[in-house]
Amino acid sequence: MSTATLSPTAPTITIEADPKISLRGHIRHTGALIRRNLLWIKQDPESMMDAVLMPVIFTLLFVYVFGGSIGQALGGGQSAYVQYVIPGMVAMMSMNIAQGVGTGFNEDFNKGIMDRFRSLPIGRGSVLVAKISVELVRLLVAVTIQMVVALLVGFDINGHWLGLLAAVGLTALFGSAIMWIFLVLGVTMKNAQSVQAMGFLVMMPLQFGSSIFAPTNSMPGWLESFTKYNPMSGLADASRGLMTGGPIAHGLTVTLAWTIGLTLAMAPVAIRKFTRKA
Amino acid sequence: MTRTDKNPESGRPVAVSVRGLVKHFGETKALDGVDLDVHEGTVLGVLGPNGAGKTTLVRCLSTLITPDAGQAVVAGYDVVRQPRQLRRVIGLTGQYASVDEKLSGRENLYLIGRLLDLSRKEARSRADALLERFSLTDAATRPARTYSGGMRRRLDLAASMIGRPHVLYLDEPTTGLDPRTRNEVWAEVTHMVREGVTVLLTTQYMEEAEQLASELTVIDRGRVIANGGIDELKAKVGGRTLRIRPADPLQLHPLAQALEQHRPGGPVPAVPTESGEVLVPIVSDDQLTAVVAEVTARGVTIGSISVELPSLDEVFLSLTGEKASAPQQAAPELEEVAV
Repeated sequence: MSTATLSPTAPTITIEADPKISLRGHIRHTGALIRRNLLWIKQDPESMMDAVLMPVIFTLLFVYVFGGSIGQALGGGQSAYVQYVIPGMVAMMSMNIAQGVGTGFNEDFNKGIMDRFRSLPIGRGSVLVAKISVELVRLLVAVTIQMVVALLVGFDINGHWLGLLAAVGLTALFGSAIMWIFLVLGVTMKNAQSVQAMGFLVMMPLQFGSSIFAPTNSMPGWLESFTKYNPMSGLADASRGLMTGGPIAHGLTVTLAWTIGLTLAMAPVAIRKFTRKA
Repeated sequence: MTRTDKNPESGRPVAVSVRGLVKHFGETKALDGVDLDVHEGTVLGVLGPNGAGKTTLVRCLSTLITPDAGQAVVAGYDVVRQPRQLRRVIGLTGQYASVDEKLSGRENLYLIGRLLDLSRKEARSRADALLERFSLTDAATRPARTYSGGMRRRLDLAASMIGRPHVLYLDEPTTGLDPRTRNEVWAEVTHMVREGVTVLLTTQYMEEAEQLASELTVIDRGRVIANGGIDELKAKVGGRTLRIRPADPLQLHPLAQALEQHRPGGPVPAVPTESGEVLVPIVSDDQLTAVVAEVTARGVTIGSISVELPSLDEVFLSLTGEKASAPQQAAPELEEVAV
């Protein structure tokens, strides 16, 4: 049926291996993409609502609704509960903020801009790293607000400022590990709503089945064992230790183990899914 | 645009060369051994119905997906083995405008410039030049989501042009646009081709192919069913239809009869329709002229007159003897849209 003849074989070409992208190139690309994600926040300040309001609402709710009675069990009162729950809240931010990374990423894929990025000569990891960096900025904003509210409701840092910094660092570290999971969800799930629903399903048991809000020793045995190795407990215990001068060894070990494990397991999956998504 | 612009340019070097390209999605053979060439500085139209494999072809050629077999070389780079070098020399404008809706037009272009390793200064000036060139300067600082469909498509084209691509892929660039916006896009594409860009254009519309392309490859179900110069193929598929509506409906039948008896310009029948028009199949420009002369010579006042290109269906009918494969099953959705 063909009316024009094509040469039978493709022209022979000399194949030079693709040059690697330089470190400076990676930094430039990631920087440009970080700028893009920051401009999003500027365009749409409401996207910061969760980071700004969640710490406020959660703190007021838990301190004033449950604080009195749980505080009694702790052998103090509401003020004892403030000392207990605030470090846990800082830990909790890691997960709540990380969730946003999945929905934003999913929207990108559904909008076609991802095709544009993937047809450009950039390292495909830059898009992921930029996204994670900006979410870490959001996390820091959330934690800062959390601490301001904490001091207002009477949290006593008692000189553990370095401990606070370490706790924030640990939260950010764990948060970045969690983000890889949400990146995978973001690439795999059909739409932003399902990412959110799935995220909720994962987060609820991890957050409430932990030592974030209440001590675990009154929980039934099976739940207590679960909380012992639940990374959210680990992170909450570690930041509690760091911010109030208590024991940190177990919590720190559990948190670091999860952080390393999750990153090693999920980062390659996220990158592969992202690269292959077609 | 003159006809000489559009002659097949088979003498020119080849910018895109595809041989035996195969891509399967499970059971669906989206590409089933496609061969085609695009010559430097020309537009190749890839014409086919929904689900024919057009988008899959473009996605393979822009390294978004890896073909299962076959070879494709773009501007001297192999799509599988040299993806990064290849991405430097291509531009891609897809069916769905791929710009960041939350960013302004200028920020969108600046971002792409930086990702293409332009310095901050270069990226800024390139963005401004392209905004100017695509008449978007007034809207430069507004978020892209406030743009009209045509502006968005122009921004998309501008984004594809930042890296001064050697080869530009336009995947159904006017699908879903109103006629005026479509004309705007066509004008931009013509402009870019004059600047020397090589274009691979996929489309479902014969009219679009005829407007923009000098050569045409017709594909169906992942296979090439015809290729060649556009005039060659047009001649083959039977060309155009002239529709004349006499201002006075009473003249319809006498006019049809007269054209039928005299057959000016050649042995082609004229058919009156119920909607008050006479249809005359046109095989050559001479015949067209002769028919119009005949109509005027009879003193018939023309109410409306138009020349129509064959529809995609008619092209397929004459090329394959069957109707364009309708988007059967749910497969086309799967093939054409990113999965």
